[in-house]
Amino acid sequence: MTMAGALPIPGPSPVQPALPLPAMQAAGLCKAYGPITVLTDIALDIRAGEVHAIIGENGAGKSTLMKLLSGHVLPTAGQLTMAGQPVEFADAVAAEAAGVVLVHQEILLAGDLTVAENLFLGRELTRGPMVDDRAMNRRAAEILASIGAHCHPRDPVGGLPLAQRQLVQIARALLEPRKVVIFDEPTAVLANDEVAALLAVVRGLRDQGAAVLYISHRLDEVEALADRITVLRDGRMIGTWPARGVTQRDMAELMVGRKLDMLYPPKRPAGAGDPLLRVQDLSVDHGAVQGSFAVRPGEVLGIGGMIGSGRTEMFEGLMGLRPATGSAVLNGAAMAHRSVGAWQAAGLVYLTEDRKGKGLLLDEPLGPNLTLQALTEVHPRLTLDRKAEGAAVGKAVSDYDIRVRSVHLDAGQLSGGNQQKLLLAKVMLTDPQVVIIDEPTRGIDIGNKNQIYDFIDALVRTGKACIVISSELPELVGLSDRVLVMRGGRIVAELAGDRITEQNVVYAATSGEGHAAQGAQP
Amino acid sequence: MTAAVATESAGPRRIRLADMGPFIALAVVILVGVMINSSFLSGTNIANVVTRSAFVAIIAVGATFVISSGGLDLSVGSMMAFVTGIMILAMNRLEPSMGGYAIVAGAGGGLVVGALCGLLNGLIVTVGKIEPFIATLGTMGIFRALITWMSDGGSIPIERSLREPYRPVYFGDVLGIPVPVILTLVVVLVGAFVLYRTKYGRRCMAAGSNADVARFSGVSVAKVRTMAFVVQGLCVAIAAICYIPRLGAATPTTGQLWELQVITAVVIGGTALRGGKARVWGTVAGALILEVIANLMVLSNMVSEYLVAAVQGVIIILAMLAHRFIK
Repeated sequence: MTMAGALPIPGPSPVQPALPLPAMQAAGLCKAYGPITVLTDIALDIRAGEVHAIIGENGAGKSTLMKLLSGHVLPTAGQLTMAGQPVEFADAVAAEAAGVVLVHQEILLAGDLTVAENLFLGRELTRGPMVDDRAMNRRAAEILASIGAHCHPRDPVGGLPLAQRQLVQIARALLEPRKVVIFDEPTAVLANDEVAALLAVVRGLRDQGAAVLYISHRLDEVEALADRITVLRDGRMIGTWPARGVTQRDMAELMVGRKLDMLYPPKRPAGAGDPLLRVQDLSVDHGAVQGSFAVRPGEVLGIGGMIGSGRTEMFEGLMGLRPATGSAVLNGAAMAHRSVGAWQAAGLVYLTEDRKGKGLLLDEPLGPNLTLQALTEVHPRLTLDRKAEGAAVGKAVSDYDIRVRSVHLDAGQLSGGNQQKLLLAKVMLTDPQVVIIDEPTRGIDIGNKNQIYDFIDALVRTGKACIVISSELPELVGLSDRVLVMRGGRIVAELAGDRITEQNVVYAATSGEGHAAQGAQP
Repeated sequence: MTAAVATESAGPRRIRLADMGPFIALAVVILVGVMINSSFLSGTNIANVVTRSAFVAIIAVGATFVISSGGLDLSVGSMMAFVTGIMILAMNRLEPSMGGYAIVAGAGGGLVVGALCGLLNGLIVTVGKIEPFIATLGTMGIFRALITWMSDGGSIPIERSLREPYRPVYFGDVLGIPVPVILTLVVVLVGAFVLYRTKYGRRCMAAGSNADVARFSGVSVAKVRTMAFVVQGLCVAIAAICYIPRLGAATPTTGQLWELQVITAVVIGGTALRGGKARVWGTVAGALILEVIANLMVLSNMVSEYLVAAVQGVIIILAMLAHRFIK
């Protein structure tokens, strides 16, 4: 392998006679769907009391591997053993009975049921013929407290923020003692303080002797957490390394298989001239979220803060997607009536953080998704212009490097990174002056991240402006020319130049006094 | 690369087996019909079956709009009776002054009333934010009660002098094709054009597929859904115009349980009840399947015709099962 030679890290560890038998072992594991091979010849040993991270780009086969190990998918070839004994899981229930559980990436909870009802769904505690709600609520409260979840057992899950729902899902997996716990991107939707709490949960599991498999796109977490790291690329195993001494950059390059350019584009000279967008006394959800801000041409304005600090609400309010009052001037014109359509016509678009729920029609192919927002621009006449739509899809695919086997694929079949690029292409089709991007790279791999940063950079270099809401501190710091930090529904700090550091953002977002930024209410 | 993708996208969609389902089912039912009774394929019988299915087919085209945009309309049967009643009353009132033109004026008025009824349903659903099932369950009762009250529990007959000039709208033909069939064809063509070839059709799909995505993309979901209910009202009125000369009266049982037939036709036609997918031609096939089965049961004497609804009920369940397994 040419990569290893170029990296200051050891090659794949030679197979050692593991003294205590590994909790779980995979040999020659393969998975193919018809003629398409997804995984080839995977060999893993997962040891008790260890966090084993699996990293790789989207489509590398990580999720498939996790599903093979947890019985959700059956392998085409290969052997699984647990404590030396060959095992074969007919389904996920069999795997769970053997002590192997997968915490899913997607949130699979019944929104109308309470937290405790979800935790015990299908395995309710009973007292005689009756469901024992009291016992379940008590047990739920214990387990929620043990993983640092703030929700109450009687809260309906549907009303909880995404991060709390994620914790409920984890709690559900941990209801019974487990030998092997597999986490599939558990922090993709969490803010930084919640990530810290989750990492503590994972360490706790390890210290209690569980074997933990951990998939994440956040390499900083992997660096902080993992004892060993396995890298997958294109369905093949690149190798397993002890985590000590492997830097995030090493990991990224092993995943991508090439040297990465600078992850973040260089900062641009300070934007000059009047603001493109000026928002005054915006008040959303009847005052729960308030703020004033402006963004200049050629500027990336970062919005930081914990999840729940009102970042998304502020901009959904601005777009008219939530009840809001206040005044706004875009490109010199006052905007009186605010709706997504009116804003779009004036040159402002908002790209949602929830690309599956609010961004794309997952059952529709690329064309209808791409042109939904710019229907009138792409189809100026009464009838749909199929040719123009085809051309727009072709242009988007090449401009935004959307990798698809066929444009007839439904959007739901694309990888997260390609979905995000499609979403970006969709809003850019309206030719906006100011683009608000909420979590531009959530849950997507590092190669795609790099490209999206470059798109944002190219956009503002043409004199447009971009507002980036992000929970990923390195991204916020690396991308923004100026950062507004929110806390409790207010803008509490404005950082520029050298003052944009992860420490300053965290300080303002959590504990800092944070002098109120210009125009923000105390 | 770019050019290749562009042409591929502009080309026709691949035809999926699941999309062909309703037409295959129709062919099978017809085949069975030929085997059971040789007179099934006679010109008069075919014309009869297709003509009888026209009402359900026309209303079901409107229902395809409503359902694919994420709504549901249970009130169509009652609305049909109500519009029929209003139209007959209007025509009878206008007849002394306008003569035969009263039919045209009454039909025009019927279209307006139908559109207004649809608008009412639409506004209750979108502005009132009431579940379509509940909202139209309510208006279903209202329309049914209104026609019962208007007819005083009996019937509202059309004036004798209007019967002859009005007759061809149901019984007439052009080049051998019955007028109701032509009317159905026009409604289906227009419906297919609007759903598949216009921006409104796209917005309809988006609103039904995922209302949040539509909203975040600047589509006014409320407007799109309200429009779909108005289209439904218009379709009901067109069916009513065609229906009056058949029996010459409106009664409290006119259009009773049609909503079930309409929804059945839409669903076995391949339109998803949860919205987002519209199959107008499938809807027509669905309406034909229902009518052919009823016709066969009358022709064959094998099963009592009192069981028609039961067989139709079995069909909708079978269709859904088939749909799942083909997927």
